[in-house]
Amino acid sequence: MIRFNIEDRNGERQPIDIPEGIQLTLMEVIKAAAYPISAACGGMALCATCHVRVVRGADALPPVNDAEGALLDTLPNAGASSRLACQLPVDESLEGAVFRLEGED
Amino acid sequence: MLTTDICIIGAGPVGLFAVFEAGLLKMRCHLIDALPQVGGQLSEIYPQKPIYDIPGYPEVKAQDLVNNLMEQIAPFHPQFTLGERVEALERQPDGSLVVQTSEGTAIHCQVVVIAGGLGSFEPRKPEIRNLEAFEGRGVAYLVKNPEALRDRRVVLAGGGDSALDWTLFLADIAREVTLVHRGDSFRGAPDSAEKVVELARRGRINLLLQSNVTSLGGNGHLQEVTLAAKDGAITRLLADQFIPLFGLTPKLGPIADWGLQVDKSAIEVNTRDFATSAERIYAIGDINTYPGKLKLILCGFHEAALMCQSAFQYVHPNQKLSFKYTTVNGIPTF
Repeated sequence: MIRFNIEDRNGERQPIDIPEGIQLTLMEVIKAAAYPISAACGGMALCATCHVRVVRGADALPPVNDAEGALLDTLPNAGASSRLACQLPVDESLEGAVFRLEGED
Repeated sequence: MLTTDICIIGAGPVGLFAVFEAGLLKMRCHLIDALPQVGGQLSEIYPQKPIYDIPGYPEVKAQDLVNNLMEQIAPFHPQFTLGERVEALERQPDGSLVVQTSEGTAIHCQVVVIAGGLGSFEPRKPEIRNLEAFEGRGVAYLVKNPEALRDRRVVLAGGGDSALDWTLFLADIAREVTLVHRGDSFRGAPDSAEKVVELARRGRINLLLQSNVTSLGGNGHLQEVTLAAKDGAITRLLADQFIPLFGLTPKLGPIADWGLQVDKSAIEVNTRDFATSAERIYAIGDINTYPGKLKLILCGFHEAALMCQSAFQYVHPNQKLSFKYTTVNGIPTF
């Protein structure tokens, strides 16, 4: 099991357990867990509705890819800890991490 | 006032293909799109990305699919209003409809088809004090007429390609150009980024990295932009124009206020003919929702075909619809 935490926009934190080897992105897991993100573009790093802040565990994550970096650069409210959940595969690198939902309406 | 049979809101792949299906049934179409070009997301966001699930195309580039659709619908002479957002819808006494755009274009039609995809693409607005108060008074989210900025003091904000490109362009026109970027480097086109850094080095532009615009000031018109640097330093700049360039984000926009049944920014339709809760108004493609909805281009094509079979009753009320295959009848152009 991989365990990480999602913090919603009200600051409420919930742990999520996902079996290893699952072929999902963090965006898909957040959506499946019924958090209110629209994920409008379906994972193409285009809409930023899955924008998250990495509160803990950023160093273990894979580096920002080109598409993700280009979009984060255009986001007015992004910061150094910003990632797009759709570009993060759910694997051991997420163990213990804390993600805060930012997103857009 | 323009007149057509079907007014299609959204010129993405599904809206474009609806023209073909409508044309087979001798219905003329007028398309409106907020973007300045046809193709919707495909042309605006991922023109060079391959698509693998269009029937008959093992692989097709998004822009090529749009080009092919334009060729396919050309025999039916669709009309286009591009770069204008649909604002209002007015029902006429006879049940027909008039669609109004942001620029005042009015289109009279028998049927409205909303093929709006994710919604209309609108500029992302950063959180800056007084930003909206100065819209049209020194704040603009795109550069419509660069000449209007001649000899002005312009502040741009953003780190993407359009921020870089406009900085380079305006450097030759404006009296003073300042680019404000949150990061300490640019991930956009390396060529443009290098040129911007070089212009800044030569003192032709001001480049303020690791900074954010926090508030705007002025008396009726923008006069001053306040910045906060990462280290906490506050700077005030005199400015005639502020252009935040933070990309586009899709919004349902005024369609949300048309009284249609909407579920989480998607328009509810029945799957018999993709009609909305209002007569003569249909919704097809990514913007609609129904049990089992899949947001695929090919599903939108199917929805367009069924929608047209139903729309026919309003466009040609005295005619009986007889279904004909294109292999038998060819393309009955008009």
